[in-house]
Amino acid sequence: MVASTTPRPGARRASGSPEGGPPRSGGGPGRVAALIPVRLRRLGLPYLLILPAIVLELLIHVVPMLVGIWMSFLKLTQFFIRNWSAAPSAGLANYEIAVDFDSAVGGSLLRSFTVTVAFTVLAVGLCWLLGTAAAVLMQGGFRGRGVLRTLFLTPYALPAYAGVITWSFMFQRDSGLVNHILVEQSGLLDERPFWLIGGNSFAALLVTYVWRVWPFAFLVLMAGVQNISGDLYEASAIDGAGWWRQLRSITLPMLRPVNQVVVLVLFLWTFNDFNTPYVLFGRSAPQEADLISIHIYQSSFVTWNFGSGAAMSVLLLLFLLLVTAVYLVATSHRRTRA
Amino acid sequence: MRIRKLATTAMAGFLLLAASACGGDGGSGDGSTAQSGAPKTLTYWASNQGPSLEADQEILKPELDRFKKETGIEVKVEVVPWADLLNRILAATTSGQGPDVLNIGNTWSASLQATGAFVPFDDALLGKLGGKERFLGPSLAATGAQGQPPAAIPIYGMTYGLMYNKKMFADAGIDGPPKTWDELIESGKKLTKDGKWGLAVEGASVTENAHHAFIFGQQHGADPFDASGKPQFDSDKQVAATKQFLDLMAVHKIVNPSNAEYGNGTQAVQDFTSGKAGMLMWQSIASSAKAAGMGEDEYGVAPIPLPDPAQGGKQVNGMVAGINLAIFKSSKNQDAAVEFAKFMTSKQTQQNLNKAYGSLPTVNDGYDDPAFQTEHIKAFQQILATTAAPLPQVPEESQYETLVGTAMNELFADVASGKPVTDAQIKAKLTEANEKMLAGS
Repeated sequence: MVASTTPRPGARRASGSPEGGPPRSGGGPGRVAALIPVRLRRLGLPYLLILPAIVLELLIHVVPMLVGIWMSFLKLTQFFIRNWSAAPSAGLANYEIAVDFDSAVGGSLLRSFTVTVAFTVLAVGLCWLLGTAAAVLMQGGFRGRGVLRTLFLTPYALPAYAGVITWSFMFQRDSGLVNHILVEQSGLLDERPFWLIGGNSFAALLVTYVWRVWPFAFLVLMAGVQNISGDLYEASAIDGAGWWRQLRSITLPMLRPVNQVVVLVLFLWTFNDFNTPYVLFGRSAPQEADLISIHIYQSSFVTWNFGSGAAMSVLLLLFLLLVTAVYLVATSHRRTRA
Repeated sequence: MRIRKLATTAMAGFLLLAASACGGDGGSGDGSTAQSGAPKTLTYWASNQGPSLEADQEILKPELDRFKKETGIEVKVEVVPWADLLNRILAATTSGQGPDVLNIGNTWSASLQATGAFVPFDDALLGKLGGKERFLGPSLAATGAQGQPPAAIPIYGMTYGLMYNKKMFADAGIDGPPKTWDELIESGKKLTKDGKWGLAVEGASVTENAHHAFIFGQQHGADPFDASGKPQFDSDKQVAATKQFLDLMAVHKIVNPSNAEYGNGTQAVQDFTSGKAGMLMWQSIASSAKAAGMGEDEYGVAPIPLPDPAQGGKQVNGMVAGINLAIFKSSKNQDAAVEFAKFMTSKQTQQNLNKAYGSLPTVNDGYDDPAFQTEHIKAFQQILATTAAPLPQVPEESQYETLVGTAMNELFADVASGKPVTDAQIKAKLTEANEKMLAGS
């Protein structure tokens, strides 16, 4: 705004307007009046067109978010949940409880946060790795490619509940398919391990989640791979580059902008994931697989103190905003330098 | 540019927020006004009493059809699993968007009463159902805090008993149901062989675990809340009680470790009715046994062994369990809802449904049916009348159930994966639950 109303020649170049801007009549008192219709014509229509989107965005995202922030400052217990406006203010008490890591509430929040970080790093890494590998391997045309591609995308097309509940049956100790294969069929293990409780639950959750989400990475990266011009590969082949060299010097660098988005989106989804642990473990997720979203949900229902749950959600939101900002700054910086 | 856009967005957000907050205030007032006229439909959340959600639908259907014939009111029923019920009720309370009538676990009465979401059954309303005197004493005591009109009315009466498989007992050379805790362990050990187990438990069920923590806690003389209402979940007596229960799996090994995974409220029952386990500490299983083809004469109901009076504690081996029916204040069909409550507590419906579920009628006039003179029903009646204790009717009760039940889930998971569970670890878990309770209040 400020930059565009001060039409200094140098400023325009710095703001990097791609279309170069309209030719502006110089000097005189009529300059501002002449400018308005042009600006309206230029700016009014686009804003009008995105207005429905803005309204919906406000209704669906921003307002509930603000309500959540407001709730986090209230002592919203069972005595007030029918009429929130009567709930007394809690000041910062909800936040103090959440960040007091010596207390039971804060301590378990911190533990859940740690679990979530580990889970996110592994899940995003695996999804990205599988997605890239599949996308690159399916770059060339071969018989059955379409069938394979459809097969790969099936987990993503299935309703989350249907997929995850099937996994939860497979992970049951006595009647599950996983233990049947590990113990009875292959004899790899003597004792039937637990998958839905205890330490293995983390692995069970990870496998289920990666199975469910990696097709997204595959889908997007496949589109990215197909956009890379075949000329580059031909030219490099003439120069004697092998497959590995092509992958490192052409495919991966050309995928960088796609990767930037895919990794960010995967990170945000994974960190916030609620459906997978909720369907897999039911009402109480084991501590080893207690992802932060489900932890917050459970702890608000456990104590019926929804203000405290809201405060934890706000902290989560701040953390995610911070990570996203740092990530975007870091990756954009690297791209402009490259 | 970006900053300006952010500012506008935030501004618009605040405006909308203000508008929606006002809307929320205005909306809550008109909920309780009854609307008359036109064909009515009630929505009803039923709790899962039978072997499956579908089975419940089938058991309820003839009754609801009869209700429609009598009153012209159609009831849309949804059977809600136990693992979801409390959270669903809370969500409905918060949003004001819920069913007209619903079932609640009777132990939650005081907690939900505190939200003010339910229509209180004052004397006038109870009068329409035939008056307070019609209802059974213990069941009516578990309907809300003392001195306040009930938040809900009892429809199915239950308590805990020890079911035992007669054939498995005979095969193992055991004469009858165990009378002491040592006998229970001994019988369990005799039954545990060839892939069969002594006892089935629902080790990942928050509700079941909390109930057992309470019952055995009472046996040791532990109360979840002290006289001033402060939580004391981690008393030494409660630790001992919890250990006594966990040791069935950990030390005596008469419970299949896989049971630590059972959490949907039907799996332990299935283990019992399919003969995988010889004993079960449960409320009524009549409809599940029937569905599994287990005849009523194939299993017996005995009281859960009482502690030796010499070691102190209370002579308690059950809790006043049961299902209550509540009416949402936000319901637009108050008259129809009261009509439905009247129907559900009527003699005929009480007899039909309690017969189907093997539970106890909650009205005195329901007992003139010979179906309630059977051995099983009489055993439950006896326990409920003499050695069952009600869970504390305080607003924090459901938090107690969730916190202690969850702690027990985690302990069972540790036991099942072979970790030794000591008094200190149990104490630490219960202390954590206690602290969370304090932080939330």
